[in-house]
Amino acid sequence: MFNVMIDSVACNGKVGRRWFMQVLGVTSAATGLTACSNLLDDENPYVGGVQLGRDDVGVLNYAYALEQLEAAFYTQMLTTPYAGITPEETQLLTDIRDHEIIHREFLRTALGGDAIESLELNFGSLNFADRAAILAAARQFENTGVAAYNGAGKLLKNPDFLTLAGKIVSVEARHAALIADLLQPRTAYFASDEVVAFNGLENVQTPEQVLSAVRPYTGTVVNGDLLPTT
Amino acid sequence: MNLNAILSDIETVDPEAYERLNHAAGRTSRRNLFRLGTKAAAVAVPLAFGASLKTAYGQTSNAAAILEILNFALTLEYLEDSFYKAALAAPGLIPAGDRAVFQQISTHEERHVGFIENAIRTAGGTTVTRPRLDPTAKGAYPNVLSNYQTFLTVAQALEDTGVRAYKGQAANLISNDDVLQAALQIHSVEARHAAEVRRIRGQKPWATSTDNPAAIAAVYEGEGNVTQGGVNVSSLQVSGITLGASAAGDAFDEPLTRAQVLAIATPFIGA
Repeated sequence: MFNVMIDSVACNGKVGRRWFMQVLGVTSAATGLTACSNLLDDENPYVGGVQLGRDDVGVLNYAYALEQLEAAFYTQMLTTPYAGITPEETQLLTDIRDHEIIHREFLRTALGGDAIESLELNFGSLNFADRAAILAAARQFENTGVAAYNGAGKLLKNPDFLTLAGKIVSVEARHAALIADLLQPRTAYFASDEVVAFNGLENVQTPEQVLSAVRPYTGTVVNGDLLPTT
Repeated sequence: MNLNAILSDIETVDPEAYERLNHAAGRTSRRNLFRLGTKAAAVAVPLAFGASLKTAYGQTSNAAAILEILNFALTLEYLEDSFYKAALAAPGLIPAGDRAVFQQISTHEERHVGFIENAIRTAGGTTVTRPRLDPTAKGAYPNVLSNYQTFLTVAQALEDTGVRAYKGQAANLISNDDVLQAALQIHSVEARHAAEVRRIRGQKPWATSTDNPAAIAAVYEGEGNVTQGGVNVSSLQVSGITLGASAAGDAFDEPLTRAQVLAIATPFIGA
């Protein structure tokens, strides 16, 4: 029975994570796994981490992981606001928090049974009480998010998913500009030369780069090894 | 130059453009029709970018449809580039305290122009004629270069339109990873510009359903959409947090079609 499940589900490369975990958990010592040896060799079965998956589902889970991170970050920011926060800043950061929560919940809903679990997140290294420090962290999260979406677009095969990613990334870019403006108002910082190259194009990061950058904040290891590269 | 001139330019560059456009609207599997043999390692380099497009051009006529989209984007970039150069040159228009912002935006628009021109030419295509800017939009904003608030209104409209324009073309570029990625990299820069202009203008940085800069309602048409991928995002709830009333619409920027964008941009094209 499990052999059949592996053949028909796991080896087609479109397995939902729950199916995959179930199969691995139940049959890890079973001979049936040899039917899928190629798949397993490729991915080094993770230990205690989250596998984002393959294809468009994997890319959407990648976005879902980043939105979980951003939503949790801003939720914490508003729960423990920095010293001297103004009413306007509270309103703007509340808007951003709500956008990120909606992105997260939208992706969770759209992914349905293919959605990864809720990640364990850890912001213990950040000083939420210090305005400059925490806004700098927010800026990094937003810049990373934009670069991540900019790099993920080409990984998607479904044009409707691509458009949806486009609808989200420009809002992330707006967040990034606003946070930068809070740090250095009315300067070039909102779209600095650090994030926009000489040719006028914004940075791009691969999932590997992004997952590495956010690793200090993800208690759960996020594994993007099966994500497409084109 | 007017819209018809631009369209006829495109037709001159690519006589079969409309036919292909109609075909493309059928959304066949362009990714399969038009797959590049090799990928440029550094898409940030216009030469490699254009060369990859040229390789593709030899493989399928779909590359011509992509060149047409690049010329559409170039037209918008020409207008933005001319707009900010005119504004920076207008005595007393931009307060000293905001000048660094608009200098940065102007630099980006100039480089977007250069990048796209280079890409088109390297791919063997022909760039559209640079349109002559009418910053007043046929007299709708007569003091755009003498009144800062009017200038900001038009700047916001142009930037938010630019964001929606690139977004609307992303799916049409899905067959070519290099062009798609470059378009997305420009798209997010335009969104940063839009956010900063809106902030200077005293607006929230994100486009909201109630946005309506005088007489350019078309710029925000459909921005209040809350149905994403079949999900009503205004119904999403989380325990312990009451989401803002406009957050569901604001959390997603909406695309515009090429026709919608050209309808907005045409008044800014001088005779």
